[in-house]
Amino acid sequence: MIPGMFDYFAPSTLEEATRLLEQHGPDAKLLAGGHSLIPLMKLRLAAPRVLVDLNGVAGLAGIEERDGHLRIGAMTRHAQLEASELISDRYPLIADAAAVIADPLVRNRGTIGGSLAHADPAGDLASVMTALRAELVVVGPRRERTIPIDDFLVGLFTTALEPNEVLSEVRVPSPNGGSGGAYVKLERKVGDFATVAIAVQLTVRDGTCDEAGIALTSVGPTNLRARQAEDSLRGGSLDEQSLRAAADLAAQEAQPAADLRGSEEYKRDMVRVLTLRALRRALERATR
Amino acid sequence: MTSINVTVNGTEHQADVEPRLLLVHFIREDLEMTGTHIGCDTTNCGACTVLLDEAPVKSCTVFAVQADGRQVMTVEGLAQNGNLDPIQEGFREEHGLQCGFCTPGMLMTSYALLEQHADPSEGDIRKAISGNLCRCTGYVNIVKAVQYAAQKKAGG
Repeated sequence: MIPGMFDYFAPSTLEEATRLLEQHGPDAKLLAGGHSLIPLMKLRLAAPRVLVDLNGVAGLAGIEERDGHLRIGAMTRHAQLEASELISDRYPLIADAAAVIADPLVRNRGTIGGSLAHADPAGDLASVMTALRAELVVVGPRRERTIPIDDFLVGLFTTALEPNEVLSEVRVPSPNGGSGGAYVKLERKVGDFATVAIAVQLTVRDGTCDEAGIALTSVGPTNLRARQAEDSLRGGSLDEQSLRAAADLAAQEAQPAADLRGSEEYKRDMVRVLTLRALRRALERATR
Repeated sequence: MTSINVTVNGTEHQADVEPRLLLVHFIREDLEMTGTHIGCDTTNCGACTVLLDEAPVKSCTVFAVQADGRQVMTVEGLAQNGNLDPIQEGFREEHGLQCGFCTPGMLMTSYALLEQHADPSEGDIRKAISGNLCRCTGYVNIVKAVQYAAQKKAGG
């Protein structure tokens, strides 16, 4: 399969990239890891007339903790997240997810920025960032702005990005003790999209739940925040009964559609089961 | 057309290519190195795996222009001076292939694993090759082949 024709630009700075986007408007697409975009182009489901390749842009990849935030450059590859000791030590939710995105070869190319900007509700990292209440730094030709993940994910394959903007960085609040997270994914085989996957982040203080983040993958038009489930936990004691109640709420909040991976009923029940597992694992990590 | 310079198995190649040309097509059709296979052509099977700056990637999902100025290693680059690389020897000794279609990709992924990780566990090997599909279902012998190569490289 051969993609349609396009003009190719490989800028070396973010300024140059946004200038190219400004110049070419909606005809242009950004190329990050390419592992969603290139398959779509090969199937001719996408046919951008201009590709602006971010792979040569300096300073867009990297993982560091600074000023109370974990900062992940948009061009950081999934394999880099998976290999990072900082991530595995302090951000178990990200570490869990990074190890189960697609397959190891795809993880050598795929990027966090590309995954979030693609906004496929079956994408793993958008759920992770929803549970972690991340903010995304977006750079345009004239201004930089920060968008909370909930406002960034607008709909199916749709984000709040303007055509001339580049997602440059993901910012996650650093945990300050008593936090733990987990990502639990049900997939038919390595490399398949999730049938259902659940991201959970809990903060526990003096035995009660200070903050809860719960997000659902592959069961809605976007990655969904399970608000009622989160609300039910906040301020409570996180005993087994409350975890079960939250998992039931998450299942009610899911909006699954039947497809070759399962019926609506099956997926909804899997949301319940996997949310409970993710909550237990996150709690264990938060209180360890 | 875009002018690119790609080093493949240590040899620099200059070419003018359409930006839409996929790396796997550049390797197979422009350079006429057909050891790299095209399997699914949909980023699933890993038959087209090559190393791009030492990392195994699916060359059906990278544009040739993206390899400009970079190092590519294909299955043709494994043997040195007519001597098989230990990973190739492992696949031969342990019957690590049946039809052989997935083999170039399996070899490149396994080679990269052993460069990173001299003594992988069976679990490490299975995880590393989980993006390479063998439809003959010969995974047991593929794992043995990688273990053979690891031992051989360690001098065993």
